[in-house]
Amino acid sequence: MKTFLILGAGTAGTLMAHTMTKKLDPHDWQVIVVDRDEKHYYQAGYIFIPFGMYKPESVIKDKKSFLPKKVKVIWSDIHMIEPDKNQVTLVRDKQVIHYDELVVATGVDIRPDQTEGMLGGGWQKNIFDFYTFDGSVKLAQALKDFKGGNLVINVTEMPVKCPVAPLEFVFLADWYLRKRGLRAKTELIYSTPLPDAFTKPSANAKLSDMFRKRDIHLEAEYAIGSVDAARNMISSYDGREIAYDLLVTVPTNMGIEAIERSGIGDDLNYIQVDKGTLQSRRWPNVWAVGDTNNILASKAGSVAHFQHEVVAKNILDHIAGKSLEEQFDGHSLCFIESGYGKAVLIDFNYDQEPVEGTYPLPGLGPFRLLNETYLNHWGKLVFKEMYWAMMYGIKVPLPSKMSTAGKKISSHNRQGEAA
Amino acid sequence: MSSVLEKVKFDPEGFLVDPMTWTREIGEAIAKREGMQLNARHWVVINFAREYFTQNGESPTPRNITKNTDVTTKELYELFPGGPAKLAAKLAGLHKPTGCI
Ligand SMILES: Cc1cc2nc3c(=O)[nH]c(=O)nc-3n(C[C@H](O)[C@H](O)[C@H](O)COP(=O)(O)OP(=O)(O)OC[C@H]3O[C@@H](n4cnc5c(N)ncnc54)[C@H](O)[C@@H]3O)c2cc1C
Repeated sequence: MKTFLILGAGTAGTLMAHTMTKKLDPHDWQVIVVDRDEKHYYQAGYIFIPFGMYKPESVIKDKKSFLPKKVKVIWSDIHMIEPDKNQVTLVRDKQVIHYDELVVATGVDIRPDQTEGMLGGGWQKNIFDFYTFDGSVKLAQALKDFKGGNLVINVTEMPVKCPVAPLEFVFLADWYLRKRGLRAKTELIYSTPLPDAFTKPSANAKLSDMFRKRDIHLEAEYAIGSVDAARNMISSYDGREIAYDLLVTVPTNMGIEAIERSGIGDDLNYIQVDKGTLQSRRWPNVWAVGDTNNILASKAGSVAHFQHEVVAKNILDHIAGKSLEEQFDGHSLCFIESGYGKAVLIDFNYDQEPVEGTYPLPGLGPFRLLNETYLNHWGKLVFKEMYWAMMYGIKVPLPSKMSTAGKKISSHNRQGEAA
Repeated sequence: MSSVLEKVKFDPEGFLVDPMTWTREIGEAIAKREGMQLNARHWVVINFAREYFTQNGESPTPRNITKNTDVTTKELYELFPGGPAKLAAKLAGLHKPTGCI
């Protein structure tokens, strides 16, 4: 009996578990999944919890309810990953698992400890994150108690998962404060290490316009150096100070500590893989899917879905001794919730910048790319149901390759020498 | 000084088109053009950036630099005011960092 080991049963790990139990012969292969948390969180819902738009309970389900029956599930933290020995050691009972194929899908952790002073006196008093369940629930209370002043959103360091989420947060905050009559008393400040609001130049014109209309101040190329909780002040390495009454931070995102302990990742504990095949650059029977790999694609649930199809095919080819055919194109698809019941949809890949057009049907839509519409917002809400359906192993019609049909493509949308 | 720069091609933003055409003299000349005077600490960063590029085929991030040299983030920003990753890549003859998506 051979062992197919999946570390992490979040978005990517769950999808892999469903696909591999279907594709691998159960007489030859046992699929084992390891995770430290029995609950699955719909993380895209974290953006709505602080504003009371989602009830916290609505984003949680038991992992047991949808992991395939054929899978052996072990609840444990991971101690050590040793690809040179084809083995993983768990924290629980120091159990050692020998594997034939390994998929790492442990996502990222937020690391407020990486910024000086962040965990000082202000943490979860007037400094909050919304990238964890706990953080988003506590932030909901802080926003309820907020009476006006400086509301500062800070993105610490790129990459962060769902890079549009901080933008969504600031748009929703603007709407929320207006509804509560606090907007005139509030300065909304968005600070980011990026030279602009977002990473993709062609989406920036649209986004800058949205910032201007909402009177949101953009502090670009802002690399936060430290937090001074006594003065309620953040400062950047180049000496810019911003005063806050409420600081909403998107801390540094890093791969899990077991990756660092094992010495198998890069400087952010991401597993280095080939950006097309998603196979480890160092160990051919090691694969990294979802947020934990180092490729320059958005770290998003939709992207994890696109990646998992590619990886599943490549692993089967690898097991059969064939060369790897499937190539991931970097396809990313994101709804950006923009407040006032609307959302913007963007679609891009390694080479292609976000463009205007319709999705998924050329010319018909119903979703309109790079435009704020009510229907896009509705799409975002439906996405949740689609997400849970995927976790139950139901196939959803999301093509993994980006299509250019129905889109306004012009030559300048093509990126130059990227990556 | 201008002669070494005339022999190589730059993109519109002043990044060397072919990183392989870079030499230390070109690095010095780019620095002059940017109004900078390079010292030994700049060279720690530039040499690391070249080495990182040789191994990974891309320009290093600030974190890559501070994790693998004795230069702290604070010093990095003092050495390369503005955007250290961008400026260091420019002086090391590398492409503009792609940043992240
Ligand atoms: C605020 C927010 C908004 C978002 N919005 C969107 C959106 O609108 N659309 C979208 O597509 N994506 C969105 N995302 C991103 C999306 O949630 C992630 O990209 C996706 O979940 C990544 O899947 P993954 O499997 O790589 O990681 P995860 O789903 O995070 O799974 C990692 C799993 O590994 C387990 N694990 C971690 N460490 C260990 C350990 N040491 N031992 C054992 N198990 C461990 C965890 O318990 C977890 O089950 C959002 C994320 C956030 C935070």
